[in-house]
Amino acid sequence: MEDGTLSLILFSGTDDKLGAAAILATGAAAMGRSVNVFLQYWAVDAFRKDRVGADHGVVAEAGADGAALVHRDQVGDRHWSALFRQAKDIGDVRIHACALSMDLFGISKDDLDPLVDDVEGVASFMNDATTGPITFI
Amino acid sequence: MTTTEAIITRSIDARGMACPGPLLNLIGAIRGGQVGDVFEVISSDAGSRTDIPAWTAKAKHELVSVIEEDGYARFIVRKAR
Repeated sequence: MEDGTLSLILFSGTDDKLGAAAILATGAAAMGRSVNVFLQYWAVDAFRKDRVGADHGVVAEAGADGAALVHRDQVGDRHWSALFRQAKDIGDVRIHACALSMDLFGISKDDLDPLVDDVEGVASFMNDATTGPITFI
Repeated sequence: MTTTEAIITRSIDARGMACPGPLLNLIGAIRGGQVGDVFEVISSDAGSRTDIPAWTAKAKHELVSVIEEDGYARFIVRKAR
């Protein structure tokens, strides 16, 4: 697309970071940019279909008050998974799970939420990430 | 008819909804509408002030007007294509 792809590497699996990433993806999709998401480590774990809606915690600096704030906000359509779904609905958003992380956890594509399009290696992700910035979250 | 008197096809009250909710509601309405339809989004989200005009320009629709009210704004957008 004309303004370049937004490539997001999601490493963290906490609800606050996934929420921030989902907002970025939604905004980019709304503005007509392709979004290329690569899930690694704890983000892969958070996208497991039996755990998407679970409490994934927040970053350490949030503290208990911060955790409560995030979890009060992320309900229904405000949950990061719902925002990613809306982003995919309005634009070109592809979510790939890192093959290495999948091996690490001993899981397959069937164990992941349908939001995840496929499992791919890091070289394929980089091949799709040549026309815009890469952001690591 | 002046632009501020455009006939509203559908009004969406998105007050209380956080960013980017009001914009997503507008996008959904525009996608489901006909060319020439006029949508009103009522939003109290500060992000809408920048996002709705930016999206409307990018998506090549027409921002008919933005009406500031007390604590919220009304965005009038015509589906142009």
